[in-house]
Amino acid sequence: MANLTLVQAINLALTQEMEADPRVVCLGEDVGKNGGVFRVTEGLQARFGADRVIDTPLAESGIMGTAIGLAMAGMRPIPEIQFEGFMGPAYDQLVNHAARYRTRTRGAITIPMVIRVPVGGGIHAPELHSDSPEAIYAHTPGLKVVMPSTPYDAKGLLIAAIRDPDPVLFFEPKRIYRAFREEVPEDEYTVPIGKAKVVSEGTDLTVISWGASITLCLEALDSLPEDISAELIDLRTIYPIDEDTIAQSVEKTGRCVIVHEAPKTCGMGAEIATIIQEKCFLHLEAPVQRVAGFDTVMPYYKLELDYLPDAKRIAEAIGQVMAY
Amino acid sequence: MPIRTVYKAQIEYLQILDEDGKLDEKLAKDTLTDEQVLFAYEFMLLCRAYDEIAFKLQRSGRMGTYPQNKGQEAAAIGSGMAAVKGRDFLVPCYRENAALFLHGLPMEKILLHWMGDERGNQIPEGVNMTPLSIPIGTQMLHATGIAWAYKMRKEDRCVITYFGDGATSEGDFHEAMNFATVFNVPCVFFCQNNQWAISVPRESQMASETVAQKGLAYGAHCIQVDGNDLFAVYKASKEAIDRARGGGGVTLIEAITYRLADHTTADDARRYRDEEEVASWRGKDPLIRLRKYLERKGMWNDAKQAAHDEKNKLQVAEIVKNAEGIERPSVDDIFDYTFGTELPAELQRQKATMRTTSLGQDPEQAGLHADRSRA
Repeated sequence: MANLTLVQAINLALTQEMEADPRVVCLGEDVGKNGGVFRVTEGLQARFGADRVIDTPLAESGIMGTAIGLAMAGMRPIPEIQFEGFMGPAYDQLVNHAARYRTRTRGAITIPMVIRVPVGGGIHAPELHSDSPEAIYAHTPGLKVVMPSTPYDAKGLLIAAIRDPDPVLFFEPKRIYRAFREEVPEDEYTVPIGKAKVVSEGTDLTVISWGASITLCLEALDSLPEDISAELIDLRTIYPIDEDTIAQSVEKTGRCVIVHEAPKTCGMGAEIATIIQEKCFLHLEAPVQRVAGFDTVMPYYKLELDYLPDAKRIAEAIGQVMAY
Repeated sequence: MPIRTVYKAQIEYLQILDEDGKLDEKLAKDTLTDEQVLFAYEFMLLCRAYDEIAFKLQRSGRMGTYPQNKGQEAAAIGSGMAAVKGRDFLVPCYRENAALFLHGLPMEKILLHWMGDERGNQIPEGVNMTPLSIPIGTQMLHATGIAWAYKMRKEDRCVITYFGDGATSEGDFHEAMNFATVFNVPCVFFCQNNQWAISVPRESQMASETVAQKGLAYGAHCIQVDGNDLFAVYKASKEAIDRARGGGGVTLIEAITYRLADHTTADDARRYRDEEEVASWRGKDPLIRLRKYLERKGMWNDAKQAAHDEKNKLQVAEIVKNAEGIERPSVDDIFDYTFGTELPAELQRQKATMRTTSLGQDPEQAGLHADRSRA
């Protein structure tokens, strides 16, 4: 066991999978010598060489498209897109090609690869460095979408993603890259894709979130009156969504608050609320509440904390749902 | 500090078999044997017969939209013959059927594709190619990635990717050329410059004089060839493939050809191009040219032509029969290839209830079995 940050846990997972499987290669802008702009791939090029940890030209479609070719030819590429805001140029290759290939060839050609993308706000970054586009990709058939909220889960989910036979979009919440440490086993292990985690058990209300917002939810839960017993669920995988864990919890509590950074309309909260009304209709004691980013352009960083859900907004929503 | 030239380049144009079927013997040396030329011509006839039948299938409502290959057979076959079946890998767009057939794609697959059946893309094990690529230019990056994998694993093989003149306006063309040359992967970029991107002529598509020169900026070897000349296409492709396999660099080949038919069966080219232009290119048809050459060498005559036309008609009819005779795909196929892992619960439900509402078929989903006392 080692006490690691999220960045270190991802780095460890990459190191161990590259060690174990010669097909695994990392590629992207500045991922080699510089170790990535967030240092997630620090030391990997020195260890595995410039042929396996590759500094590519500055072209996101090129990174995604050549990674698809590598995967087609039997490699296990891990392309990095430097920030979620730069996914635009790579969108066509990811959505129209990587995600569709298994289906359009009826299984003859498949694209096993993991696309690593730092995601979300809260780090005072420049424009187009702070968005939360996970719902766009959850809406894309053929893609799996993962977003860990802890170092332990980051390592286990990344290893599971690398071993998965399909393209997996691995979102790394940059706000918690170094926010805290956690004991992470040295041995390799997987955290299954598609399984949510009950972070803390409770009986009165379910709070559902993922990524960096989990930390804020924990803060909000700490601020609640003693007599409110809240259950916190960390989705961990955005798609395929773990509807059983959600339904079991809401059937028990009858109340739910969903928290995410992304804009509210058509965000994952909308899908989760629908799952709840489909599966738990007769158990509900109150309307499902969403605490989300606004349906606006993500502001520059002077106002970003006004945009992002915080513990206070989460606690207020919990109060409203409990009082309904 | 004086002004000095820091970069100079030129593009060469290669033609070996001219429009009258006359061969430049010197340039043709060590290219194709008589047997290979005969084979190529016979294969072109078969592919032309296939193309004409595919067109008729669409016109008679038996197949969806189809893009005819007519006029571009020499480009497809000449390059396809230069690559080694089973060793090299083809990444096509959709107007080089002949190269795919040459490399072992069962001929009914292309019909199946245009009949709206994904099984047309289900490339058999051991056949080295990706299926037709419908969006423009995106496949060149896949080709680059595949070639990159070969290089990483030190495999002695290469990739050839096909695209049109219009595709060289796409960003992916430039990103693919750049990645391919920066990492020196064994990839050959084969542009079928057929003069038209649907309704936009080459002159309106780009301000550069040639497509080939676009590769110069990336440090690629660049050449323009007469795309209706089997010998020139073969020679340029062979050199490019040998160079790529030996780690000698990436080549961009611009094959000058012409789309004799409409863009697809959904298009009417009379709306935007002159009959005179089309007529002048009809005379440059690669089949006519090669036939002239073979006749001059005493290797072909009317009787042979008639016999082959008859044989091809029967063979193509058999292919059509196979394509039309295949059982309708299972509707389960809509779901079953989404992932390589177990279907997510929601997808399983959609699959199980696709003919009804999900609520009607799955009472659990509606919460009908829930404990009503809580309500």
